[in-house]
Amino acid sequence: MYSEKVMDHFKNPRNVGEIENADGVGTVGNPTCGDLMTMYIKVKDEKIEDIKFKTFGCGAAIATSSMTTEMAKGKTIEEAMKISRAEVANNLGGLPPIKMHCSNLAADALHEAIKDYQKKKEDKK
Amino acid sequence: MPKIYMDYGAGKPVDPRVLEAMNPYFLEIYGNASSGHSYGNAAKEALTSSREKIAQLIGAEKVQEIIFTSGGTESNNLAIKGAAFRNKSKGNHIITTAIEHMSVINICKYLQKEGFEVTFVPVDDKGTVDLEKLEAAITDQTIMMSVMYANGEIGTIQPIKQIGKLAQEKNIMLHVDAVAAVGQVPINVVDENIDLLTLSSNDLYGPKGVGALYIKKGTRIVPIDQGGGQENGLRSGTENISGIVGMAKAAELAQTEMETESKRLIALRDKLIDGVLDSIPYSFLNGHRTQRLPNNANLRFSYIEGESLILSLDMHGIQASSGSACSSKTLEPSHVLRAIGLSHELAHGSLAFTLGKQNTQESMDYVLEVIPEVVKRLRALSPLTPKEILR
Ligand code: FES
Repeated sequence: MYSEKVMDHFKNPRNVGEIENADGVGTVGNPTCGDLMTMYIKVKDEKIEDIKFKTFGCGAAIATSSMTTEMAKGKTIEEAMKISRAEVANNLGGLPPIKMHCSNLAADALHEAIKDYQKKKEDKK
Repeated sequence: MPKIYMDYGAGKPVDPRVLEAMNPYFLEIYGNASSGHSYGNAAKEALTSSREKIAQLIGAEKVQEIIFTSGGTESNNLAIKGAAFRNKSKGNHIITTAIEHMSVINICKYLQKEGFEVTFVPVDDKGTVDLEKLEAAITDQTIMMSVMYANGEIGTIQPIKQIGKLAQEKNIMLHVDAVAAVGQVPINVVDENIDLLTLSSNDLYGPKGVGALYIKKGTRIVPIDQGGGQENGLRSGTENISGIVGMAKAAELAQTEMETESKRLIALRDKLIDGVLDSIPYSFLNGHRTQRLPNNANLRFSYIEGESLILSLDMHGIQASSGSACSSKTLEPSHVLRAIGLSHELAHGSLAFTLGKQNTQESMDYVLEVIPEVVKRLRALSPLTPKEILR
């Protein structure tokens, strides 16, 4: 059912965990099937220096989380904000149609984490 | 890596002895049972002796009470729609339960659109039908009850004998979907007052695409499909003789071997259930602890999701299934898990093992080694897992 790429990320997910004192945290719930994902980012000079995730969900949700963190790491905030759901799915060699919403979850969590970082930065000013 | 298939509820291999019994019916005995010559007679004889074997397995009194279909779904359609349409003049109310197989649920929903009233009686948290609620649902319009013998997903066995008694007292037809139960627990349609009983071949280690319906003498139903009038006019179409012979052989084997095999499965099942509950914190059993199918262990793990459990186990050579929303076609959790009161979130972490002939004590040992690892890994990935259980 899943591509090799998806299975690879499912078996060996990259960047699993939490970041203490993260600069931004994004949590999204999946309204379609009721899953949950949290992303943590550490930002330096407007670049994502470190990123970690935790996911409660299906194989695709875990794989898309992992892929998203891999794509975001090292990117500038601006670039990372542009990572799209479709891109995540493409980089995984595609997802079964019914699992496309899981890739939304990962990209959304990343964007939420970035927004949280930006908001915190604003608050500090 | 060992190969340990534990999804027998979804599909079973054909017993080699069944295959052997079927073989001549492809190459040598290929006549049509409706033909008046010797080839036709040979097919007819095979049909009659097959009916006998099925009748014996379920304690039916007459061979004519058994008709063959293409499987459980068709038998359910014929039984429920056939009885509903035939008895419309007596009433338009049907009672069933919230945990029936999707075929029964969807047939009932279809009948609702056709003007029938349907009551879906709830079950308790173990998945047992509440007899009082069942009785309370009966009205003077009720023509039929359809209650499954046992639930294939959570394993709970229903008090069919008492339900049969109730149906008889109230003069209501009783249809029982016995697909998950047949071959695992003794069924007797006469003792249990069953009017219509659905059976499938694959669940007995027979070929897929064959099933049967027991129709008690005097029970009136109309056919769903029109055609040449085979199977007493109730199921037209040339009989699938080889498949039917296979199902009958499977039934015969089930009858002689059920007692020993069920005992063996219960030991394996309990080893698995106790082993998991003892070694994994926040793991639970779905369904009834004792009134349960010999081959069913449906376990639930907090904080993780079923599809990722299935994938992880598959990577270790173990096959199981889940009622999680993520592993369903509709992204809705199993209606059975919802009916026993599990929230979306709790239903997520369910894992159903259905055991069978090839599973052994050693397979359980292996599975009991693998599950804790897999659960631990997924819990470490989950944002819901409390820190203190991660160590
Ligand atoms: S997280 Fe539920 S389907 Fe992917």
